[in-house]
Amino acid sequence: MSSRDEILGAVRANLPKLERPLPQVPMFDAAAPASLLALFKESLQDMGGDFLDASPGEDPLQMIRQRLASTKVVCSATPEVLGNRALSSIRAPRDLADVDIGVVRAAFAVAETGSVCLTQHSLGVNSLGYLPQHLIVLLDPADIVVNLHHAYQRPEFHQGHYAVFHTGPSATADIEGVLIHGAQGVRTLTVVPIVRAANNPTQ
Amino acid sequence: MNGIEKDTQPPLEAERTILHPELAAPPDESPVKNGRRLQHAEGASHPIHPPPEREPQPRGARIRGNHRVDQTEAAERFIASPAHEKMHDERLWDLRGKRDRQMHSIPEWEELRTLASAIKEHTLTHLDQYLEQFEQNARANGVHVHWAKDGEEHNRIVHGVLRDHGAKTLIKSKSMLTEECGFRPYMAAAGIEVIETDLGERIQQLDNEDPSHVVVPAVHKLRGDVAQVFAAHLGTDPMDDDVHHLAEAQRQATRPLILNAQAGMTGCNFAIAETGGITVCTNEGNADLSANVPNLHIASIGIEKVIPRLEHLAVFVRLLSRSALGSPITQYTSHIRGPRAGGEMHMVLVDNGRSARLEQDKFWTSLKCIRCGACMNTCPVYRRSGGLSYGATYSGPIGLIIDPSFNRHKYSALPFSSSLNGSCSNVCPVKINIHEQIAAWRQVMAENHELTLIKKAAMKAAGVLLAHPVLYRAAITSADSALNNLPRFAIYIRLNAWGRHREVPHAPRESFHSWYKRNRSVP
Repeated sequence: MSSRDEILGAVRANLPKLERPLPQVPMFDAAAPASLLALFKESLQDMGGDFLDASPGEDPLQMIRQRLASTKVVCSATPEVLGNRALSSIRAPRDLADVDIGVVRAAFAVAETGSVCLTQHSLGVNSLGYLPQHLIVLLDPADIVVNLHHAYQRPEFHQGHYAVFHTGPSATADIEGVLIHGAQGVRTLTVVPIVRAANNPTQ
Repeated sequence: MNGIEKDTQPPLEAERTILHPELAAPPDESPVKNGRRLQHAEGASHPIHPPPEREPQPRGARIRGNHRVDQTEAAERFIASPAHEKMHDERLWDLRGKRDRQMHSIPEWEELRTLASAIKEHTLTHLDQYLEQFEQNARANGVHVHWAKDGEEHNRIVHGVLRDHGAKTLIKSKSMLTEECGFRPYMAAAGIEVIETDLGERIQQLDNEDPSHVVVPAVHKLRGDVAQVFAAHLGTDPMDDDVHHLAEAQRQATRPLILNAQAGMTGCNFAIAETGGITVCTNEGNADLSANVPNLHIASIGIEKVIPRLEHLAVFVRLLSRSALGSPITQYTSHIRGPRAGGEMHMVLVDNGRSARLEQDKFWTSLKCIRCGACMNTCPVYRRSGGLSYGATYSGPIGLIIDPSFNRHKYSALPFSSSLNGSCSNVCPVKINIHEQIAAWRQVMAENHELTLIKKAAMKAAGVLLAHPVLYRAAITSADSALNNLPRFAIYIRLNAWGRHREVPHAPRESFHSWYKRNRSVP
């Protein structure tokens, strides 16, 4: 008998003979706040992330381009920002190791936790979310859901093989509780509110 | 209160209990944003600092083959190292405090715990069906699914996959299951280089120690201990114990190993039957590096990790990091359903005693555990003895009820390392009745003649007294007066493990029984 059949057989033989119905999970959204963006922003900052607030009259895209102008290696998976390292030139995930700033667009965001959802489509190459020193994430404020219950109703979890919530940057406090950003992944994560272009319905 | 809006106020000073005020430190190395000191992930909510003088790190329980592990002996050595003991106590109590503040910010918290418990109990009572559904969907996604009856078979399967790919180096994220399986020693013997990528776990690997906590594996170490480990293995300055320098040294040393690894391995926090995918939670992003940089990804999955659908995942993700660290979510919550284009993904579903535990009336619900560590953070025994004192894969309250199912004799003394105060059950996000199971394990040990001689003698004497009310009352009266009058050396003798490091409470002048007899009015 294969190990598979032995294990399943043992499980079947040992199942507790108890009635345990599967409960309905409420959406817990009865009291959603007026502004999902405001809650998202606060949650993100509490988790160590940055939110780029453009002052009235300022173009956030222009602010990003200014920051990138002085950056050595930029790799962008978005049509809005042009990097100097083309994703199409990447042969292996490790080829992104020298990238200073990666730029991606979030599929959506979660207000409750301050998370942005990135997928294999939005990343192009999955390691773009982890190997660069810094990550800039474009987010359409219309793409924010209130909490994780709503988040897991989204199609992204059924479409591709990879979807991930990034909530702030890579962090650790494994030594004496001293919080450090940039444990093994990105050192900073900056979310920039930029409306999704009409001709870019997904990623 | 608004159901979604979080508690926008920073925690009140009054809410924070500092156990050891001498550890309070001026604003420290943690980042500040918008004038607020950040405290997400495992970050401490207030600066705490051990005394500057270095103290040798107390080591864990002495393991001698199948001999009974003496947790009390190792705990004594931990307590005899006050700098370590106080920091450990303070750090974990702080995580417990952070957890409470998260709990209070979510009105539906208790409802979430009830849901989480019910979902787990439903899944465990239908585990065969959900495992088959999970396997079928994972295979449809292009994943190679393996089944392992025990740790040895798990290791053999993983080694086989690595050999097929000619892989000699493996980067991995933290997994308690692989600790259970004795994975690293097995791979070392097979000539495979395994590199842990979580900072705490890497520290433990380099120091040749087991993780002492399921979530913060090196929490028992002080910065000076880490500086010594890194000096020996990474060539850093042994006197430089700046935490930022230490973390950066590990980042720099590990990065080339990540980039050049031939295979990657992760654990699994939740396996979703509906999608055939796994969810892995980390703060460092190291599971994503392990899964996404090498072309080969292997995931080790305990069979109890399966849950039915994504809608159920929401409940667990909301509870996990809040219970573990008092942080709303881990920095990374990753959902992996299948291989990348051009890559290969394997999953190993591991039983290792789980199907047998399912049969145990009193203990099967321990399989609900999501490995958050909340029970450890709150446990007064754990906080003051350190995780390595348990000499087993799992420590703290959850360890007391899981470890004996792996080896009843070796871990027979562990269920006695508890005051049965019940705090563990109160913080458990999936409502495991941990303290009741600890008591039930004591009974099992007594029935299986696994009590130590001292406990046996004490139980026998207690048994006689409890069976004879007159004797009992006489004994209580004389014991109370004895407690108040006996010299210290007679109370704090070595036979009384509980008297060794704490004060015995003052005994009342009069027992309730005699007070009642004196005061009751005749009806």
